[in-house]
Amino acid sequence: MSMMKNVVGWFDDRYPLTKVWNEHLAEYYAPKNFNTWYLMGSLALLVLVIQILTGVWLAMSYKPDAELAFGSVEYIMRDVEWGWLIRYLHSTGSSAFFVLIYLHMFRGLMYGSYRKPRELLWIIGVIIYLAMMATAFFGYLLPWGQMSFWGAQVIVNLFSAVPVIGPDLGVWVRGDYVISDATLNRFFALHFLLPFVLAALVFIHIIALHKVGSNNPDGVEIKKGPKGNRWSDSAPADGIPFHPYYSVKDIAGVAGFLFLFAAVVFFAPEMGGYFIEHPNFEPANPLKTPEHIAPVWYFTPFYAILRAVPSVAGSAFPGVVAMFASILVLFFLPWLDRSPVKSIRYKGSLTKILLWLFVIDFIVLGYLGTQPTTDLYTLMAQIGTIYYFAFFLLMPIYSKMDKTKPVPERVTE
Amino acid sequence: MNKLIFALLLALAPMLGLAAGGGAHLDDADIDLSDKASLQRGAKFFMNYCLSCHSAKFQRYNRMGKDLGLTDEEVIDNLMFTTDKIGDTMNIAMTEAKATEWFGSPPPDLSVISRARGVDWIYTYLRSFYLDDKRPFGVNNIVFPDVAMPHVLWELQGAQKAVFKIEKGSSGNDVQVFDHFEPVTQGTLSLEEYDQVARDLTAFLSYIGEPIQMERKRLGVWVLLFIAVFFVLAYLLKKEYWKDVH
Amino acid sequence: MSADGVDLKKRRSLTLATSAVGAVGTGFVIYPFLAAWGPSEKAKAAGAPVEADIGKLEPGQLMRVKWRGKPVWVVHRTEQNLQDLPTLDGVLLDPASDDTGQQPEYCKNTNRSIKGKYLVAVGICTHLGCSPTYRPEVAPEDLGPEWKGGFFCPCHGSRFDLAGRVYSSVPAPKNLEIPPYQYLSETKILVGADGGAA
Repeated sequence: MSMMKNVVGWFDDRYPLTKVWNEHLAEYYAPKNFNTWYLMGSLALLVLVIQILTGVWLAMSYKPDAELAFGSVEYIMRDVEWGWLIRYLHSTGSSAFFVLIYLHMFRGLMYGSYRKPRELLWIIGVIIYLAMMATAFFGYLLPWGQMSFWGAQVIVNLFSAVPVIGPDLGVWVRGDYVISDATLNRFFALHFLLPFVLAALVFIHIIALHKVGSNNPDGVEIKKGPKGNRWSDSAPADGIPFHPYYSVKDIAGVAGFLFLFAAVVFFAPEMGGYFIEHPNFEPANPLKTPEHIAPVWYFTPFYAILRAVPSVAGSAFPGVVAMFASILVLFFLPWLDRSPVKSIRYKGSLTKILLWLFVIDFIVLGYLGTQPTTDLYTLMAQIGTIYYFAFFLLMPIYSKMDKTKPVPERVTE
Repeated sequence: MNKLIFALLLALAPMLGLAAGGGAHLDDADIDLSDKASLQRGAKFFMNYCLSCHSAKFQRYNRMGKDLGLTDEEVIDNLMFTTDKIGDTMNIAMTEAKATEWFGSPPPDLSVISRARGVDWIYTYLRSFYLDDKRPFGVNNIVFPDVAMPHVLWELQGAQKAVFKIEKGSSGNDVQVFDHFEPVTQGTLSLEEYDQVARDLTAFLSYIGEPIQMERKRLGVWVLLFIAVFFVLAYLLKKEYWKDVH
Repeated sequence: MSADGVDLKKRRSLTLATSAVGAVGTGFVIYPFLAAWGPSEKAKAAGAPVEADIGKLEPGQLMRVKWRGKPVWVVHRTEQNLQDLPTLDGVLLDPASDDTGQQPEYCKNTNRSIKGKYLVAVGICTHLGCSPTYRPEVAPEDLGPEWKGGFFCPCHGSRFDLAGRVYSSVPAPKNLEIPPYQYLSETKILVGADGGAA
């Protein structure tokens, strides 16, 4: 034991080992009333680690060359020992990452985790989400299947819809007149780089979190409440040390998550064509578009918004603007919500209904984005798009006028 | 709150069922990948009827032999016609240029065709060739209209013609809809026997689409059991610690 | 951390059990990542046994075949060469090929071969992996009057005799590796597989 102390002491003289441990784990007091929604952040971090690890391993056998890329993926699936597992972990991981982040963001939406003083924490989170989308987009080209190719083709052409500079911009992004070897090569480089940027952003996100402290399902600031608990006299009364309480809880959560994750990896890695799309088993062919192309499911709500906006004067630009606006509007959320309370628990029934409608709207838009357009679906997507924006843009009005319930002094069980 | 998550998952579930697109009706392939004899027959048909024009350039002969319960010698003697190296992949001599000249478009590689098209599609495709004078090889296919491929298995199946019926389309116009096949000439096999050939071939194509798939599921059971044990322990540990929190 | 009513023993054993299962699980996860670095099926196929036609190999000549990307030598040794081999035992590190890792069981003999006439050996120095030079001439100026023909490694001066046996007091620690091989006919050998003869 004293040996251990000596070693730690040696490090503490040279590096704030114990200090960091205490500040961020053993003496970091988190509200004691976290529910299951509060597992998503830790789980997303775990998936980021899985993605980086499996990604680096895939890069050891993958070839970012238009002639070789498709074959190298099959080489990984067949010839590299355990390559199939590493690849399925990575492909399932990308979808799992988005599932968790969507749940994580919804949690924030529900409990008002973006409200003062957590505006910056939320904004960093939205930046992380954007970086994730970019990473996923670059990565999706790499298998060089039909969906990879035509998906990238469509998305890059969004840039071409920008007035005046658009066409040149598209060529510049591709490095060619179509998606080509040059595009594949640069997308691979960026897909390798961005996860590390993502990891740095996550670090900044956690630093910001630990500065302001976690929100909780009641939206009560535990730092403003009474002091003193069984671990410390100066700590918030409603706080408990992150370690060991939330570390053991997160481990149990990790186990539960891994069970579902492994079930997909081992029994349904394609997930009915949603996680790995069937047309992507056909090598990219610039001369033939698949009958029906759809982005991977995590992009489809925004894709539906893109398609819902009619082109103006023959330009698809308004749709592109709407799509980007639908993500950028999230940055302004902290100032759109004017409700006197944070958590949905104490908001009025109008807000509750609107929030659940928003969830349904997002899922419906996501479904419509996977489907070929018909008149009915386009109309539905248009209604969905209007609701999506109305939910955010009318928030200053309805959040202010909706009735609220009294917020308790202390967190509830 | 857990209920909410489950509710969300349930809401997503019906979407999965809709993943497959529309198109012609597909018959259930009903393949059994644990049936080694079926896979071996499928391999034999594949080598004899498909591999002269279609490659399976990601599938190695020795891997196939191991997975199908055949020795290297058996594979070399009975199933290897395009190479003499057991570690080779299933390539063909025909060049893409020649193939395009003959068929109009090069026959696709079949390594992962089962994953691109689905097994039901392949099974139905193999059984859906019908006589059509307008096509260069005299046959057409219900699930792959204007296919460039001749009906390679016609001697086994015999020739059949397609009978169409007229239905009212959504906009009120008349549409030709496939109804059923009628045999024209007798093949060397009965219809049931031919269906089995199609099933064996489909099973084999499904196997080469993802050679690890059986092993993957077998391993998955153990992985899930292990994680379940870990979950129980972690959950008990959490319960124990959280006795402190009031 | 004061404890009221805490069952420390239970807490400790649960922590231990969870950690142990977690550690085993981590091991299970790490294994595929390590195994993925092994030779792939493609590398194994490329490294499959190779046939060599030795019918035209004149006495004293050496031919190279590539097996697993490495040079494998086949040397047609003369009668004189074979008579010289036992006389060298005194200056060799492992004259009787006692290091069983360096040759298949059936090549643990004076000539380190199946048939005396033909030496089949991996042409990679056991020191640091250079490929030694074939020096069949007797007593050349640079190798000294005692040289009865053999292999000389240009990288660090290791010496081997015509059975691939290493001289003592050279950097290389072991005899040259004899790969598994078999005769398919009088004039044809298969390098890399011995049909389970070992």
